[in-house]
Amino acid sequence: MRRLLRNRLAVAGGCVIVLLCLIAIFADFLAPLPYTKTNFARLNETPSRTYLLGTDQLGRDLLSRMIYGARVSMLVGLGAQVVIVLLGVPIGAVSGYLGGRTDLILTRFVDVMYAFPRLLFVILVMSMLGAGLTNIFIAIGLTGWVGIARQTRAQVLAIKEKEYVDGARALGAGFGRLLGRHIMPNALTPIVVAVTFGIPEAIFTEAALSFIGVGINPPTPSWGQMVGEGQQYIRSYWHLCVFPSIAIAVTMLSFTFFGDGVRDALDPKLK
Amino acid sequence: MLHYALSRVLWLPPTLLAMALVTFLVMHATPGSPLDPVAEGANPLSPEAQRNLAKYYGLDRPLHEQFAIFVSKAVRGDFGNSFVYKTRTVREILAETFPVSLLLGSMALALAVVGGLMLGILAAVYQNKGWDYLSVSLATVGVAVPNFVLAVFLIILFSFVVPLFPTGGWESPRNWVLPTVALALAPMGIIARFTRASMLEVIRADYTLTARAKGLGEVPVVFKHVLKNAFIPVVTLLGPMFAAVGTGSFFVESIFRVPGMGRFFVLSMTGRDYPMIMAVVLTYGAFLAVMNLAVDLIYGVLDPRIRF
Repeated sequence: MRRLLRNRLAVAGGCVIVLLCLIAIFADFLAPLPYTKTNFARLNETPSRTYLLGTDQLGRDLLSRMIYGARVSMLVGLGAQVVIVLLGVPIGAVSGYLGGRTDLILTRFVDVMYAFPRLLFVILVMSMLGAGLTNIFIAIGLTGWVGIARQTRAQVLAIKEKEYVDGARALGAGFGRLLGRHIMPNALTPIVVAVTFGIPEAIFTEAALSFIGVGINPPTPSWGQMVGEGQQYIRSYWHLCVFPSIAIAVTMLSFTFFGDGVRDALDPKLK
Repeated sequence: MLHYALSRVLWLPPTLLAMALVTFLVMHATPGSPLDPVAEGANPLSPEAQRNLAKYYGLDRPLHEQFAIFVSKAVRGDFGNSFVYKTRTVREILAETFPVSLLLGSMALALAVVGGLMLGILAAVYQNKGWDYLSVSLATVGVAVPNFVLAVFLIILFSFVVPLFPTGGWESPRNWVLPTVALALAPMGIIARFTRASMLEVIRADYTLTARAKGLGEVPVVFKHVLKNAFIPVVTLLGPMFAAVGTGSFFVESIFRVPGMGRFFVLSMTGRDYPMIMAVVLTYGAFLAVMNLAVDLIYGVLDPRIRF
């Protein structure tokens, strides 16, 4: 923890992340207007005192939409990781612990999934399932668990040969207790690191999906979708895509800095 | 070596077949059909018309038969007619758009390798000085920020603030600059980071010390002794790099209005243009698989220590 705090970039990143979470939680109080409120008298306005970041092509307040967009990004970032961990960690742990044929089959499957270009598969799944937040969780979860399963498997493989595990087994500990109490707690570090890097990846995936129009259902605002729609009018109304672009860039950089910090603090060898 | 190369080549067709099967199943397992009305809420076609169309396109047969027909035709390079662009065959569309994507991708990759290596070398040679910070921050931005966001910033900076390049199109080499840069920044960042790390390791190696001890200057030491050895791990990155450039092109092509294949990828999926989806996924898949194979073989040639 102290090592993490000494890393200034990581601290800055962490602060931005906390701020984004607060914005996402209190979006209802922070947003000056509801994100669906249209004002057809004032379309595509540049930033002014009433509309701090201007209005979009339907006369909706850009600032309010960006605030609600933070909610979508954070939800996807965390939610998708929950799905990934719940799927990937048990599969990897069981595969590594049992070994033998189970391991062989699971590893083959993981290898095939790994060979598929990730984003290509997510887009395929999303365009088939249709847009929507739940479907984004499913699509990212279905493709994302592979990496973490691999990592967990490698960890379990290394740890299960240690003497203390043998000791616990000699004392009569069963499969569940051995894995849950003795092996997994010691295998957590790389998983935590993988999750901190997985969050920005999920946020990126959502933004990318919404950008091409298969992510979040309108009118729910998403930064990626705002950039996607705004870039069509970039020549006349630059503010439509610039502000959400900045939001995505800042979020991604914060998570990257924070993730680097966490990795260096937990395991300096990994660097 | 020959044995290894041969077995890798023989593994290509089964891999592609598996990829085709997965895509095919995902495509057919989900609700919605190409016979659905294009616009939401529009009147559906009459049942007879739907039946006729299904028969015409072979959609009324059992799934395994459809798949078998697809494979036997695809092997001969025939992907059928596009469902959306009804007058054109998938092959025509690909023949027209793939070269554009290929050109864009190769230019981006070349820029990424050259730029990334230069940034990495500068960073390692001037460790913890100005150049290092500059190249590390550039690399971080390139890696962390999605390419469609970079593209927006590039357009603002180099089309509006300083009107050097057009905002899109593909007519002249001047149009090529911004999409290439937008696509190259992410892989460039990865290469720069990796080169820096692997250079720093080699710079401290004993043989580098020996090279300096016998009186070699900085330039021959860096280029002849350090870079040659530091370059090997970088080659392994080229595989994922191709994937990054390939998938990145969907976004960059649509922002800069590049008439490449990436655009069709999304269009065909949302339009449930089955023949087009299969063709595009397989083209990307095959391309990536072949490139990965090439990278692995080059790796073996570069580093004689590696035995297959």
